[in-house]
Amino acid sequence: METLFASCIGFLTFCGIFLMLRGRTFPVMLGLTMLSYAVNLFIFASGRLTLRGAAVLGTSEQYADPLPQALVLTAIVIGFAMTAFLVILAIRARADLGNDHVDGKLPDADGMKRESR
Amino acid sequence: MWHLITAPILLPMLTALVIMLPPVHYSPMRRRWVSMISSAVQLVLVVILLLHVQQNGLLHYAIGNWQAPFGIILVADTLSMVLVCLTSFLALGAICYGSAGEDEKGSFFHPLFQFQVMGINGAFLTGDLFNLFVFFEVLLIASYALLIHAGGKNKTKAAVHYVVLNLTGSAIFLFSLAVLYGTLGTLNIVDMAQKVAVLPAEDLMLVKSGGLMLMIVFALKAAVLPLQFWLPATYSSASAPVAALFAVMTKIGIYALLRVYTTIFGADAGPLQGMAADWLLPAGLATIVLGAIGVISSHDFRKLVANLVLVSVGTLVAMVALHTELSAAAALYYTVHSTLVTAALFLIADLISNQRGKAADRLVSGRRVVQPILLGSLFMLAAMAVAGLPPLSGFIGKLMLLQAVTEPANRALLWAVILMCSLLVIVGLSRAGSTLFWRVSGGDASGDKAAPLQVFAVCWLLLASPLLVIFAGPLTELSQQAAAQLYDTDTAARAILGSAATEGDVP
Repeated sequence: METLFASCIGFLTFCGIFLMLRGRTFPVMLGLTMLSYAVNLFIFASGRLTLRGAAVLGTSEQYADPLPQALVLTAIVIGFAMTAFLVILAIRARADLGNDHVDGKLPDADGMKRESR
Repeated sequence: MWHLITAPILLPMLTALVIMLPPVHYSPMRRRWVSMISSAVQLVLVVILLLHVQQNGLLHYAIGNWQAPFGIILVADTLSMVLVCLTSFLALGAICYGSAGEDEKGSFFHPLFQFQVMGINGAFLTGDLFNLFVFFEVLLIASYALLIHAGGKNKTKAAVHYVVLNLTGSAIFLFSLAVLYGTLGTLNIVDMAQKVAVLPAEDLMLVKSGGLMLMIVFALKAAVLPLQFWLPATYSSASAPVAALFAVMTKIGIYALLRVYTTIFGADAGPLQGMAADWLLPAGLATIVLGAIGVISSHDFRKLVANLVLVSVGTLVAMVALHTELSAAAALYYTVHSTLVTAALFLIADLISNQRGKAADRLVSGRRVVQPILLGSLFMLAAMAVAGLPPLSGFIGKLMLLQAVTEPANRALLWAVILMCSLLVIVGLSRAGSTLFWRVSGGDASGDKAAPLQVFAVCWLLLASPLLVIFAGPLTELSQQAAAQLYDTDTAARAILGSAATEGDVP
C-alpha cells in the first residue's frame, strides 16, 4: 500500500511540475491542480497510513490521526479557491493581452516579426 | 486585555464585512470613512496591546480554549506586536492615500484592503505553523485581487506571474508542513522547538529537508535572490496605495524566517541549529547587490523603488542569517524604518507620475511637475531616509546593522557590501531626482494638484522617519527587548505549554 501511495504522489508531482513548466496558462493551471492533489495526498500520509482506522473515539481498536484529515480539508478548500481565482485571472489575461502565453506575448510571434523586418 | 489580542484580526475582518453591507456599500464617502476610522481604532488598540506586552511579557490566547499543543493559539510577543503596529500604521496611511480617489478605479478596494490587513496581522500573531499557512493564503488572495485593482495590461501580466509563483510556494509550504508534522507530530511552533531538541537521529534528515523547504517558501515571500524575479514587476505595476501596503509583505517572509530559524531550529536544535544561515547569508548579500544594480539601472521611478525594497530585503535576510540577539534587534528597527520609507516612496512616485503628463514616472525629461517644492522636498526627505544619510532614521538603522556584525570575517564582507550598495543607491536616487525635477522640456505645468489627503498620507508615513530618530533610545531598547524575548525560547515554552508539559517532554 505504501509503495502504491508513494508512487501515486510521485507521479502526480512529476506531472504537475512538467505541466507547470509549459508556456501557456491552461497547462500551468492544470499543473498546479495536479501539484495540489499530490500535496493533499502527501499531507494525508503524514498521519501514517492505516487500514480500518477510525478517527472517532470508541468506534474501533485502531485509531487514525485526525489532524492530517483536518489539515487536508483546509488545504483542499484553499487550493480550490485559489485555482478558481487563477482560472478567472487566466481568462482575463487572455482578453487583456490577446493570447494565453504566461508572459503575455508569444515567443515565436516575436521571432517572426524580427524576420519580416 | 485577554481578548484584545484577537482585535488586530477580528477588527479588519468585521470592517470589511460592514463595508460590503448596503448602508455603507453604496456611498463612496461612507466606505472611506468606515475604512479610515477602523484603521485608526486598530492602530490605537495595537499600541495599547504593545505597551501591555512590553510590561507584562508574552501574551497567548487559545482559540476556542483548546489548550496549546492541540489547539490553535495566537501569540503576542514584543516582536510580533511591533510588526502589527507597523502594519496598522502603514495601513492607515495607505487607506488615506487610496481614499483620495484611487479606490474608485475598481470595485471592493476597501474590503480587500481590510482583508489583507487581517491576513498580515494574523500571520504575525499566530503561534501555529499551519495557521501561518492559512493566514498567508488570506493575505495572498486579497493581494491577488488588489494587485489587479484598476486593471490594465501590465497589472494582469504581473498578476499571472505573481499568482502562479505564490501557488507553487503554497504547495511547497504544504509539503514541508506535512514532512514536519509526520516527523515531529505537532505544528505548534513552541512545541516543535521542544520536539526538535529531542529528535531521534533517523528523523534528522527528514526534518532538515522539511525545514529547508520552509526556507524556500519564506525566501519566495521575502523575495531573496534566486526567487526575487517577481518583485520588481509586481510592485511597480500595482496601484500606489496597494504597492505601499505590499512594502510590508516581504517583511512577513523575513519575520517567518526569523521566527522559524530562531525558535524551532534555534540554540537547542542540536545538529539542525542554524541550518539556514549558510544559505541565507550569501543569498542576502547577493540580493543587496542585485537590488543596488537594479536601482541604478531602472528606467522608471516605480521600478527603482521596487529595487529599493530588494536592497532592504537583502539587508534584513543577511541580518537574520547572522543569528545573534544584536542582529535581530537591528533587523527589527531597520524593518520598521525601511517599510515605512519605501511605502512613502511608492506614494511619492505616484504623485510625481500624476503631474508629469505622458512622461509619467519614466526617468526621461518631461513636463514640469505642478508642485515642485512640495514634491521635491518630500522626495528629498524620503530619499535621504532610504539611502541612510545622517539626520534621518536610515542612518541609525544602518548604524545598528553595522554594529550588529561582530564576527571579523563577516564584518569585512557585510560592511563592504552594505556600504558600497548604499553608495550605489545614493547615485541612483540623485540621478532619478535630478531627472524628475530638473530635466524639464517643453510645455507648462498642467495637471491635477495632489489632494490634501494624499499629501497627508505621504507626510504620515514620512513623519515616522524623524520620529524614529527622536525616540531612537526607547525604540532601540524596545527592539532589543523584542530580540531578547525571541531568543528566550524557554520562557515562551513555559508560558504557552505550561510547566508540566515542558518537564514531561524531557526524557
